[in-house]
Parts: sequence; structure tokens; C-alpha cells
Amino acid sequence: MTAELVRGQNHPLPQTRVEIRISAGSPVTPGATLGGEDGRVSDPGRIAHPGAPQLPGLEVPGQAAVAHRLAVDLDVMPPDVERVHVLLALPAGVPGPRSFGAIAPPSVAVTGLDGTAIARFVITGLDSESAVTAVELYRRGDAWKIRAVGQGYAGGLAAMLADQGLPEAQQLAADIERAVAEGLARAVAPAPPAAGQQTGAGARRAQPPAEGRQAQAGPVDYRHPRRAAAAGSAGAANGGSGTSGTSGTSGAPRASAAAPPSAPPPGVGAGSTAGGARQGAGSAPAGGGGVPPQSDRSAAGSAEPVAGDAAGWSMAERLYNQVWAMFEDLARTVAAYRSAVDFADSRMDRELDRLLADPRARMGSVADSARAEVLARHSTLVDRAREVLDRDLGQLVAEAGVVEPALPPAYASWASPVWHEYEVPEDAPMALRLGDLHLPEHTELRIPLLVRLPLERGLWVDSGASPLGPGALDADPGRAFPDSAERRALALDTAVAHAARLLSVHPAGEFNVHFIDPGGTATAALTPLLHSGVLAEPPPKGAAAVTDTLTRLTERIDLVQMALRSGAADALPPDLDPAQQLLVVNDFPHGFDDRAINQLRYLADEGPSVGVHLLIVADREDAKGYGPLLDPLWRGMLRLTPTPDDHLADPWIGHAWTYEPARAPRGSRVLEQVLAQVAAARRALRR
Amino acid sequence: MACFGQEGNVSVSINLTKGQAISLQKSDGGSLNAVRMGLGWQAAERRGLFGKRTREIDLDASAVLFADKQPVDVVFFQHLVSDDGSVRHTGDNLVGGAGQGGDDESVLVDLQRVPVHIDQIVFTVNSFTGQTFAEVQNAFCRLVDESNGQELARYTLTGGGTYTAQIMAKVHRTGSGWGMTALGSPANGRTFQDLMPSIQPLL
Repeated sequence: MTAELVRGQNHPLPQTRVEIRISAGSPVTPGATLGGEDGRVSDPGRIAHPGAPQLPGLEVPGQAAVAHRLAVDLDVMPPDVERVHVLLALPAGVPGPRSFGAIAPPSVAVTGLDGTAIARFVITGLDSESAVTAVELYRRGDAWKIRAVGQGYAGGLAAMLADQGLPEAQQLAADIERAVAEGLARAVAPAPPAAGQQTGAGARRAQPPAEGRQAQAGPVDYRHPRRAAAAGSAGAANGGSGTSGTSGTSGAPRASAAAPPSAPPPGVGAGSTAGGARQGAGSAPAGGGGVPPQSDRSAAGSAEPVAGDAAGWSMAERLYNQVWAMFEDLARTVAAYRSAVDFADSRMDRELDRLLADPRARMGSVADSARAEVLARHSTLVDRAREVLDRDLGQLVAEAGVVEPALPPAYASWASPVWHEYEVPEDAPMALRLGDLHLPEHTELRIPLLVRLPLERGLWVDSGASPLGPGALDADPGRAFPDSAERRALALDTAVAHAARLLSVHPAGEFNVHFIDPGGTATAALTPLLHSGVLAEPPPKGAAAVTDTLTRLTERIDLVQMALRSGAADALPPDLDPAQQLLVVNDFPHGFDDRAINQLRYLADEGPSVGVHLLIVADREDAKGYGPLLDPLWRGMLRLTPTPDDHLADPWIGHAWTYEPARAPRGSRVLEQVLAQVAAARRALRR
Repeated sequence: MACFGQEGNVSVSINLTKGQAISLQKSDGGSLNAVRMGLGWQAAERRGLFGKRTREIDLDASAVLFADKQPVDVVFFQHLVSDDGSVRHTGDNLVGGAGQGGDDESVLVDLQRVPVHIDQIVFTVNSFTGQTFAEVQNAFCRLVDESNGQELARYTLTGGGTYTAQIMAKVHRTGSGWGMTALGSPANGRTFQDLMPSIQPLL
């Protein structure tokens, strides 16, 4: 453990061969004097300085520099030397600071020859002094000790040497200064300062190349600790522009953006080669899976966003993580902006209140200028906040621009070209896109809302008349406020779109859909499913059908749970469908009796863990007759809206995000085409 | 936590004393983008019936973000990331001394992303378990340039005392860049909330 010395403190030296390392904020002249018992130096020959760097057992660098190493061998000191003083002085004859008060406090460390630190002393509290006796090595019996001295001299070297009893101090100091000035003049490049130190002390030992802040050259490309892309703009602004052409980064974005449409998510056969290539391309800039943050990334130095630029074992996982990271970055950057604006507003209010409270400041030109100043301070802060926000938004927009086209079908919007090249996948995806999220600060920047599969909670598409967010009207200004029937139809369409997506992103036969529609109102909306043959026939009408479907699914949950608990999964009846089940309930609680309600609640609670999922289309108003009984059911589900609505909160800040459901573009046949393929694959499976 | 050679630290890092301030401007004129405030401590050895035995001490590092001397956000073991994402706590260490001189808890500050109105970030250490700093040894905080792992400054607490918290240092805006000031002010409290009155005069 290094001893941190304070002025006057001493510390034993465990060895007699030590190195004294000096660092200062500006080049300093090193020196050492060998003194007797009383600390006096008997003759000028006992001073080591850049003009005469060597003494028995001691060598000082021949140059002023910001860092020095003095090698000291106390064993070979003349026996009459009792005290060795280590000095530092600011060079006088050259441009630079004139006093230690103007620079960071110099520090002196005593280390063993292997670099192990023994003691350290930071010489603080210096002001107008231009020379300082830093530390003293002195004999105590057979051993040596070090004492932190830190005695400064405003009179410089001359005063210091005079203090040590040298009558010709003035002359000596002048000689030393001249040697230093000559040394500096000889130096090829005085800056960076670390170079001087290399020539001075480098003869003895190889120097570590990076001597801290001084030696630090070039821009540091800082990236966000977690992610490269979001903070990348900072790195680029800092001057990393020239480095963007590294092989990994320039090739990868194009490769990864172009590849996905041709290949389904991690699959086999033809897909796996393309997937492998994509992984390779993606991992080059990302530096592989779980690498520590800014390792390869800072080297790449490119601010260009890359799809899949996140940790993960597969491209799908990396993209999922990237989308969530974008979600978090947008949430946080907007939080920063809003909090700055809030602060600016409240400060302005406070300051204006203070002006108003003072009767003298209320009128006249003084008041006007004071008020103008307050307003200017406000707008300056808001402008700066906006600038930072725009920088981050620009980065995220660019990132979304490359990420969105790279998304596999399960993550992609219905408008994405990947759906036109859709093939029934071989594996279930890790997540599903339910829609888009955006904030009013930038309504064009859409973050895909990806939820993990299998669904851990039910989905509730709200067909109730909820107040529309401002974003909704902006998005579709020509449209009147939908009435109740229209909302119900919209909600059902949305639910069908979610169900269709779930069906199509799962392998054939691994995901089945059941409908409960006692009122029979869903038949029209179910057309895509019925037409394609994914759903064999319209759901049966009437309460009996409700009970029947619920009872079947409840029994299934019960059976699978029992089998899992007893560890006998192979004991399940052979007719039990091993696929995941999705129960879509239209117009809940229409047609439900109390028993059915309880079954549904059981299903919502217990189903997800055994592969039975719930998608409910309901207006909560319709169920208010049940009172608080159903509150846990509503709370347990993820509420989605059929129209844009700002009801979803992010998990970090809790902003209200405007959610827009994933729906096929108007007039698009993509849903039908995809479902036709799903149906064909299911028929092929059954044969 | 990466381990940095003694060599780099010894010759470069500035050892701060109480009240001392440094600029976080780099010598080439560029400004630092991200720094990590590392805090470390060890339980003092106690002589007892069973000889040398060290007790576990749970010190918690917190960072309080101020705008114009008003606390705006805080990063501590229950809120590990500031709302804006610029300040991140790497997690709670319940016992300390894990690294024998390494950092026990650290707080990352992305200086580029700190919201424009935040002008000071104060770092505190509280004894959650109620032991006083008399039972802590080698408590320090050090500021590391996160981009290259270089230690920029270190402030070592001298002498324990019968208080349960330390206001260690602050990172604050200076002109166009940032600076750091060693505060080293003792206080009492279980969490940072208790320290607010003690922090205010130091802003």
C-alpha cells in the first residue's frame, strides 16, 4: 500500500535503491542536493542538476519536463551525506508559468526499482513559489527514511540554494537555469512535454509509452458504455471522421441491411448460410457477442449506425437488443431535454417573480432589460437543450433508418418488404412487434414495440372510447373521432392482425388460434383467417360455445401443469395438441357467465406458463357490472389500442408514449398473402 | 473491473487534498467524454477474541445531480441510472474491500450526455449499516478517464471519524468543460437524503 504523505510526515524506506518519480502540470527542472547532518550542502559539487546530472548514487534528468524519474542508490552515497533533498524548479529563462500556484500541484512518488510504490506526496498549497524542496531522504540509524517537505521559495532556485548554505547560490542558480534553457533549446520538439521526459530518464529503463494525460494524443472516441451507436455522434464530432473507412464498418452496414429480406430468421437450409453471413457481418463492427463496451468500437471510430450493433448470440437477438436500446436512448435523451426545459421554465418563473416582487424593478428601462435578460437566459438554456436533443435524435433516426429494413418478419412492420418474401419459419422468433412507439418531440421517429415470446401476459385490445392522444389526430387528421361501433370493428381488426402475425411467425403447427365470439360479430373481421383456411370455420355462436372452449383450454392447462409438476411430460394424452394456443375473445364479457369469467381468469393467470395465451377485445365499460372483481384481469394484461394513443409508459422514465398498432397498410394484400402461405404449410403438415 | 498497473497511476494521477480542484480538460485541449468515479474502502481490522477479524461494511455511493443548487436527480443503489442516462451506478457492493484497493462501487458519468442544466454532480458515500468511518480504512475516491482507463485524480480519506457519511467530491461545469473538486466533508446519514443539508453549503 502506498503511503500518502502529508507535509512533514516521514516514512521508512524498505530499500536503498529507489526511484523518485516526479510529475507536474508544466515542465519543471529537477535537482538534488547532498547535505550533511545539519542539512547544509558543503560544496556546489554536491548538487545534481541538468547541467551536472550525475553524482555518486544519484542521477537526475538533464532536462526540464513534466515527469521525471530520478534513480537513487543510497548505499553508494558518501558516508558524510546525511540528507538528500529533491528539488523542483520552474525554468526561468523560457516561456511558461512563473509560479507553482499557476499549475496543478506537482507530485512526488518513491518507488522500488520494480515500480512498486512506497510513498507518495502531493505538494499542495504552493502559490507564488517557483522552486520547492519536494522531499528529503535522510539517514536514521542504518536505514533511510523519506520525509515530505514541500518547502517552497518565492525567490526561486537561488533562494533555495542559499537556504541550504551555499554562498554562491546566485551564480549556481544562474548556471542551472542556463543549462535548462540550453537543454530546452536542443530539444527537437518541446511539446508534447512527455517527450522531454523520455530523453531525460529513458536511458535507465524503458518507459511505458502512455504517461497519462500528457501523453494522451488524438481524439478519444467515446461511445456510450452500453452501446456504440447512440453516443457515436460525440465521437464523430470529436474528429474521428477520418477513420470511418475501416474494413469492418464500411462493409457491414450494407451487408446486414441487405441480407435479411432474403432469409427468414435463424433458420436451416438456405436460410442458415445467409444468416451465418449476416452474423459475421454484424459481429465485425459489434466486436462479437458480449465484448466489453468500447473495445473495438472506439477503434473503428465510425458514427455510422449499423443494424445489429448490440450484444446477442444471433442477429435476431442483437436486433432485439438494439431496438430496446434505441427505445431506452430515446426515452433518456428526451428525459434530459424535458428536464432541462422544465428547469429553464421554473427558473424563469422564479426570476420574473423576483423582479415583480421588487417595486423598483417593476417599471422602466431597468426592468425591461432585467426581464429581457431573464428571457434570454431561458432561451439560451432551452436552445442548448434542443441542440443536444437534435444531435441525439439525428443519431437515432439514422439508426432507425438502417435497423428497420434489417428486421426479420416478426419484428418488421407490415409495410416492410420482408413480408413480401415471407416463408413459413422453421423456428419460433424471440419477440414480436405489436406496433410502434413515438414521442411528441419527434413523431417521425418510430420505435418498434417488441415483446418477448412466448407472451408472458395477455393482450387486451381496448375497444372502449378512450381519449385520443394528440398524436393520433396528427397522424390521421382527416378522420373524425370513431364512434363506438367503429372502434369495436377497429379493435377487432387490430386483434386479428396481432393473431395473424403470431400465427405467421411461428412454424406451421406450433401455434393454434381459438376464437370465442358468442355474438357472432367477428365473422367479417375474421375473413382473412377464414379465407386462407387458417381458421376452418367461423367460431360457434352462443354461450355454450364459450363454456366449451374455455373448459377445453382449462383442462389442457391443468393436464400440462400436472405433467410438468410430476416431471412426466410424456404421460400426456396423445391427442393433446403440443402447440401453443392463443385464445382470442371478442367482445368480452358478452356471453360470459360467472363460471366462464372465473375460467378466463384462471386461464389468464396460469395459461402463459404452459403455452396458453390470451388476446381479449373488450371495452372495460361493458364489464363494469363485475365491479373490482375483474381489476386484476385488466391490470395483468398489456393494454393495446386500435388507434394511436399515448398510454404506454417506458420502464425507465415513464414517459407517455404514443402507441400505434401494427396494421397492414390500407389496400395491402400482405396479410392475406402471408396467411395463405401459413394455411398451405399447415395443410402440408397435416398430410 | 480492469486492473491498472501501479506504474500508470503513480506517475500520472493527481492526488487531491481536501478542497483542491482540478480541470478535466485534457492537455491537448480536448475535453473528456466520460469519467468513472470509483469508490473503494476496506473494513478496518479489529482486534477481538478471535484475533484479527474484519467486519463487513456496506458503504453506498451516490451521485446527486444539481441544477443551480437544486437537486434534480440522484443515482444510488435504488435508482442506478439517472433519468437522462448520463450517470450510471454500476451496482451496490454490500461488503467492500473486494478489490483490495480496487473500486468497490463506481459511477459512470457520460459528460457529453449530462443535460445542459445540470452543473454539479456531487458524490457521496454513506454507511448503510451504520458503522462509522472509524471502522473504515483506505477509503478513497478516484476519477478515471473511462475511455482509456487512466486515473486522473485520486482523493484518499485521511483518518476515520465518528461520522457515517462522507461527501467525497463533486464534478462540476467550468466554463466550457468540467472540473473536479475534492470535498472530503464528513456528515451523518444512512442515505443521501440525509446528507442534503450538508451538501448544500458545498455547492
